[in-house]
Amino acid sequence: MLELKNVQCHYGRITAVNGVSLSVSKGELVSIIGANGAGKSTLFSTICGLLTTWDGEILFKGASLRGLPPSDIVSRGISMVPEGRQIFAPLSVMDNLLLGSYCVKQSRKARKREIARMMDLFPILGERRDQPAGTLSGGEQQMLAIGRALMAKPELLVLDEPSMGLAPKIVKTIFNTIRQLRSEGVTIVLVEQNAGAALAISDRGYVLETGKVVLEGSAKALFCDEGVKQAYIGKTPTAPPRDESLLIGA
Amino acid sequence: MEDLLQYLFSGISIGSVYAVVAIGLSMLYRSTELINFAHGEFAMFGAMGLVTLWGQFKLPLPLAFVLTVAGVSMVGILFERFAIRPIKDPHPISLVIITVGASIVFRGVAMVVWGKDPVALPSFSSHGSIEIAGAVIVPQSLYIVAAALVLAGSLHLFFRYTLQGKAMTACAVNKKAAWLTGIPSARMGLFAVLISSGSGAIAGIFIAPVTMNTYDMGTMLGLKGFCAAMIGGLGSLWGAFAGGLLLGILECFGAGLISSGCKDAIAFVLLLLILYLCPGGLFAQKQADRF
Repeated sequence: MLELKNVQCHYGRITAVNGVSLSVSKGELVSIIGANGAGKSTLFSTICGLLTTWDGEILFKGASLRGLPPSDIVSRGISMVPEGRQIFAPLSVMDNLLLGSYCVKQSRKARKREIARMMDLFPILGERRDQPAGTLSGGEQQMLAIGRALMAKPELLVLDEPSMGLAPKIVKTIFNTIRQLRSEGVTIVLVEQNAGAALAISDRGYVLETGKVVLEGSAKALFCDEGVKQAYIGKTPTAPPRDESLLIGA
Repeated sequence: MEDLLQYLFSGISIGSVYAVVAIGLSMLYRSTELINFAHGEFAMFGAMGLVTLWGQFKLPLPLAFVLTVAGVSMVGILFERFAIRPIKDPHPISLVIITVGASIVFRGVAMVVWGKDPVALPSFSSHGSIEIAGAVIVPQSLYIVAAALVLAGSLHLFFRYTLQGKAMTACAVNKKAAWLTGIPSARMGLFAVLISSGSGAIAGIFIAPVTMNTYDMGTMLGLKGFCAAMIGGLGSLWGAFAGGLLLGILECFGAGLISSGCKDAIAFVLLLLILYLCPGGLFAQKQADRF
């Protein structure tokens, strides 16, 4: 469904992502994990069309995304939940959700039905429907951002750091929702620093370091990889031998 | 007492013109965060367009009205397409300079097309004046007030109840989020300029019969409209409406009770006072943010 071939992203003369290749199949939940500055969010911005200075190839359902503005990318079926939520703070929860369906041609009644579906998925949004979105808590805002992205009926949902700045309990709720969406057939790319939580719900994963993919494989294999554990999950085994089969080019 | 009532009626009438200009400015700011100092020139184009189509070519008034608004909106689209949009990630000061430059260009073009001589137009209808408690209201004043009310009301409904209106607000609130939501912000900006220039034209059309129309009438109209929008709180439609009325009424009372020479000064003194005491304007929308 989504394929990145040798993608390089630049900020002026600085190369933030260097030759990343990855693929996501229909129905998969794929995590891109890495530390701060690894290039995860740059990769997110590139897929979304926010960053235009990149080389290589990004294909969605076989068609290139090069030169497309973010609004066209959403129209093609990729919805994005950016880092920091980026909700429309002064607008109500209802209006935020409604705007999520901007690029979908549907009747007023159908839009209302979709909003009701989002409120079933996130009941707290139903309770806060007329409240300005800026007054919601961080977790509620994250739910709103996900709900707004889902209103576009995406074939691929890309989430950037959905756990950032949230309490562990809220993170659990958010990740349970992501897992539920995956079970409903939504293809998901999860760009996440919280490697443990991300891999726990993913099918596959990619580990990014200094702009390069250094490891890839099934989420289970990555989760068990001692190097990943030590670097990103926080457990420090006495001897951290890496699973060499997961290393790129191995 | 009659005099005071007369000042009030005149103030409401001229204030409604300021209100229409201010609504156009405020609407554009609300959607794009652009302060258009060429907005008064759209009002001038509206008035001069009506002078040509209704006054000289003798077209029926409704047709002249529609053609003028359409023509001025087209000028607005060209202005956005060739002066605003090419600037990538513009600094607010750059945009201010561009709009000031555009206003000079528009004035120059108008001077070449219509000349320097002022032109008068008759009222839209031949109904006589209405007298209330000794004060006189001309029918054109009522049309101006009605136009301001209809315009403010329509835009209010548009922003409150339509997806397009909400999308335009969203673009101004958070452009990045609007992009990621699939809202084409460039198209929204164009749409905002279209409505704004159209409403500027409407202001010009309604004021044309009660003023001497010249190529440079837009400068003062634009500045007064800007004052009214600031007084009401830039971005607030009803604030712009109320700001326009307040400005018009105070101007007329100032001109009548103090001196007609200080009429224009009142607007700017009032603006300075408001900016000092209440920088967000009298009716600025309260932001509700948790963080």
